[in-house]
Amino acid sequence: MDTTATPDYILEMRGITKRFPGVLALSDVNLSVRRGEIHAICGENGAGKSTLMKVLSGVYPHGSYEGDIVFEGTPAEFRSTRDSEHVGIVIIHQELALSPFLSIAENIFLGNERAARGVIDWNHTNSEAAKLLARVGLDERPDTKIIDIGVGKQQLVEIAKALSKEVKLLILDEPTAALNDEDSAHLLGLISGLRDLGITSIIISHKLNEIESIADTTTIIRDGQTIETLDMRSDGVTEERIIRGMVGRPLDNRFPEHTSSIGDEVLRIEDWTVHHPLDQARKVVDGASLNVRRGEIVGIAGLMGAGRTELAMSVFGRSYGSHISGRVYKDGQQVQLHSVSAAINAGIAYATEDRKHYGLNLISTIRDNISGAAIHKVASRGVIDRNEELKVAERFRKDLGIRTPTVEALVGKLSGGNQQKVVLSKWIFSDPDVLILDEPTRGIDVGAKYEIYTIINRLADAGKGVIVISSELPELLGICDRIYTLSQGRITGEVARQDATQERLMQYMTMEKDVTPR
Amino acid sequence: MSTDTNLAPAMPPGEQARVPLSQRLSGLGGNARQYGIFAALVLIVLLFQGLTDGRLLKPDNVVSLFQQNAYVMVLAIGMVMVIVAGHIDLSVGSVVAFVGGVVAVTITDWGLPWWLAVLIGIAIGAAVGAWQGFWIAYIGIPAFIVTLAGMLIFRGLALVVVSQTIRVNDTSFNSIVSGSLPNFLGFSGDMDVVTLLIGALTIAAFAFTQLRARMQLRKHDLHVESMAAFIAKIVGVAIAVGILAVLLSLSAGGMPVILVIVGVLIVAYTFLMGRTVFGRHIYAVGGNRPAASLSGVRTKRVDFMIFVNIGALAGVAAIITTARGGAAVAAAGQNFELDAIAACFIGGAAVTGGIGRISGAIVGALIMGVLNMGLSIMSVDPSWQQAIKGLVLLFAVAFDLINKRRAGTSS
Repeated sequence: MDTTATPDYILEMRGITKRFPGVLALSDVNLSVRRGEIHAICGENGAGKSTLMKVLSGVYPHGSYEGDIVFEGTPAEFRSTRDSEHVGIVIIHQELALSPFLSIAENIFLGNERAARGVIDWNHTNSEAAKLLARVGLDERPDTKIIDIGVGKQQLVEIAKALSKEVKLLILDEPTAALNDEDSAHLLGLISGLRDLGITSIIISHKLNEIESIADTTTIIRDGQTIETLDMRSDGVTEERIIRGMVGRPLDNRFPEHTSSIGDEVLRIEDWTVHHPLDQARKVVDGASLNVRRGEIVGIAGLMGAGRTELAMSVFGRSYGSHISGRVYKDGQQVQLHSVSAAINAGIAYATEDRKHYGLNLISTIRDNISGAAIHKVASRGVIDRNEELKVAERFRKDLGIRTPTVEALVGKLSGGNQQKVVLSKWIFSDPDVLILDEPTRGIDVGAKYEIYTIINRLADAGKGVIVISSELPELLGICDRIYTLSQGRITGEVARQDATQERLMQYMTMEKDVTPR
Repeated sequence: MSTDTNLAPAMPPGEQARVPLSQRLSGLGGNARQYGIFAALVLIVLLFQGLTDGRLLKPDNVVSLFQQNAYVMVLAIGMVMVIVAGHIDLSVGSVVAFVGGVVAVTITDWGLPWWLAVLIGIAIGAAVGAWQGFWIAYIGIPAFIVTLAGMLIFRGLALVVVSQTIRVNDTSFNSIVSGSLPNFLGFSGDMDVVTLLIGALTIAAFAFTQLRARMQLRKHDLHVESMAAFIAKIVGVAIAVGILAVLLSLSAGGMPVILVIVGVLIVAYTFLMGRTVFGRHIYAVGGNRPAASLSGVRTKRVDFMIFVNIGALAGVAAIITTARGGAAVAAAGQNFELDAIAACFIGGAAVTGGIGRISGAIVGALIMGVLNMGLSIMSVDPSWQQAIKGLVLLFAVAFDLINKRRAGTSS
C-alpha cells in the first residue's frame, strides 16, 4: 500500500487548549504522530508536555479542554484513562504505577486479571506474564515481587503491562530519568524493537542525546504552545538545534530591576556527596562544591532528577539522603549541621519546593505557620506570648502583602502565591543569614511571581545570601547574580550573570557524566 | 473543570476587600465548631432532664455524674493530645488496672501513706508511658500496635499484681473521689457558700480572660466576633456555671474534691495546648509531620513526651478508679480506652491528627456521661445503653464530617 502521498497519522491532536483557573496551560497545541514512528516531545519543565499527555490519555476528560483528538482516523472523546486504554493508548508515567508487594505477573494483569468468574487462573497468569517478560527482555520469574527488582526492571514491567493491553500507541514520560546508563540503553533498544513490531511511541525526555539517537520526529513545546516539529532523519537535527527551540524566548520585564551589593562569603559547601536513602550505591549528589556571598543571589539550575532538592535538603540538617560526606563553612567557620534545628541555629533556612507537603501546616492558621520555625522568639520559658506572636504575623502580612482578611485564617484557604509568602515569612522570621529557596515560584501566577522576586531582592539587600533553585531558566537569568548548573548530581558549570544564556545553561544542564565542564 | 477545583484562583492585587465570605468565616471556624458541641451537650442535658422528670439534675445526681466520669475526663485529656499528634492509645484501660493494683498494694500491703502511694501511681504510669513512647517514637512502630501490645501486657501484669481483690481502707485516699471541700464558710439557706464562691470565681475568671483576649485582638486591629456574640457567650457560660454551682451547693457534701482536681487539670492542659511551645509542637506534628520536622521541631521527642504524659494521666485515672471502688480489681478499667477515644472524637478531634481541643474532649466525655446517667435513671437495659452510645459516636462524627465537606475544608 502506498501511503507516501498523505502520511499515515495514527494520532492527530488539533488546536488543544487547556485552562486551569488563572493559568493557560496549553494554547492551540498541534501534534501529529505517524504510524510506527518514535516521536519525541521536548520542552522545559512546566512547558506543558505532561498536561498534553494527560489530555491525550483521558486524565483530563473530554470537555475539560478545547480542540480535537483523532486516533486512527476516528475522533476520540476519552472520559477516562480506561477509554484511552480501550483503543490502545497506554501511558507510562514517570512515577511508576506498580504495587510494590505484588508479583510481576500480578502487576502486569492488575485491573485486567486473567480470571474466570472472578477466580484468578494463576497458571494462565504466570505463563502469559512469562511470555511478555521474554518480549521485553526481562529475565525474572513472574512471581518475583516488584519491590525486589530495581527501577530499570520495573520500567520493563510497565512496558510488559502495556503490551498485555495490546498497545498501539505507547507514551513514556521521562522513562530513563531514574535509570543508569546500562538500563537506559536496554530500554531504548526495546523501544526501537517495538517500533519494528509496528508499535508507535511518544517519548518525553530531557536527555537530548537519547532523543537524537532514537527519535524519528521531535515536537518542541514551549510555554504551552507547539513551536516546531523537526524531522530527525532528514534535517540532521543536533542537540543545539533542539535547545534553541526549547528556550528561544525573549525575556521581557517580568523581573524587578536589581543591583546586588555583594559582601563576604557567608556559606561554602565543599565536596558534598549524598547517597540515595534506599539505594545506597547510588550517588544523588556527587562531589558538589559551591558558595554564596552576603547580598548575593545564586541560582542552581538543573533538570528534574539532577539532585537540586537533594543537595539543598541534605545540607539543611541532613533532611535527605544517607552516607553524606563533605564540608559546610558558615562565615568561614566549618559547621556540623546534624539536625534541622542545628541548621536553623546556624542561620540557614530552607523553603521547600513542595509547600503543601513539606512546608506548611494547611489545617492551621497563618499566624501559627509564620511563627513555626522560630517559636522561641515569641516565647519565654516555653510559654508563647500570643500578643507578640500576633504582632509578628501582622507585620509579615503587611510587609509581604499576604492577601487575607485575618492572620487567623487557615493557610489551606490561601492561593498558591499567598501560601508561598507565608512560607517565606516563616523563614525570614527565623532570621537566617542564608536562605535556600527551592522553586519559590512554582505554581504561582505571574503577578505573584513578581512580588516574590521583589521579596528575594529585598532579602539580598538586607545582606543575606540567597540560593534560588529553579526549573525555569528565564527566572534564574532574571534574578540571579551567578548560576550553578547541576547534572546527575554534579556541578557541571558556574556562570556569571553577564555570561549566562539559556542555551549555555541548557548545554551544561544536559551534560553527561564523563564530560568535564569547560 | 471539576478536577481542578482545588487550585485556588489567583487573587488580583488590591482586592483584599473582595474576599469570599467562606474565607472570612474560616477564622471563626474552630470557634463555631466549639459552640456546636457545647450546644449539643446542653440539648442532651435538657432532653434527659425532661425524659427523667427532672431527676437527672438532682444535686446528688450531678455530684455522682462527676464522680462517675472523672476517669474519662482525665483520660480524654491525655488521649486528645495523642490523637492531635496523629496517634492512638489503646492501652490506657489496662494501665489503669495495673497501676491501680500497685497503688492498692502500696497502701494495704506495704502500709505507705496515701499521698506517697498517689505519687508512686503517677510515676509508674509515666514509666509505662515512657516504655510505650520509646517503641513508638524512637523505633518507629505504629502506636496502634505498640499500645495494642500494651493493652495485653498491662492487663496481664494487672492480673499478676491483683490475684484477688485488694481492699483499700484508707479513708483519706478514698475521699479523693467521695469527699467534698469543707463547708467552712457555712451555709446560705441550704447552699454551701464555698461552692458558690468557687462558681462565682470561675465565672469572673472566664469573663476576665475572654475580655482580655478581645482587647488584645482589638489592639492589633484584628477581627473580633460581634459584641452581641461575645456577650452571649459570656452570659451563656455564666448561666451554665451558675446553675452547676447552685446544684452542687445543694448537694449533700457541697463541692466534690474530684471536680476540683479535674478542673485544675482542664485549666492546666488547656494552657499547655494553647499557650506553650510544647502544645504548639503537638499541633504542628499532627498537622504536617514532615513540615514540622523541616521547621526544626523534634518530632520524635514530641511523640515520646505525649505518651509519657498519657501514661501519667492513666496513673491519675487509676488512682481515681481505685479510690472510687475502695479496692483494686484486675478487671478494672475495661473499655476505658474506648470511652476516652469516643470522647475525643465526639469533641471534634480529627482522626488524621492536627485538630482537637481539650475542651472538646471534656464536653465529649460529659455527653457520654450524661447519656449513661440519663439512660440509667430511665432504667434502660445496659446493653441498649451501649448500642445508643455507639450510635451517638457515629452520628456525631458523621455530622461533623458532612458539615466540613459542605464548608469545603475537608481537603
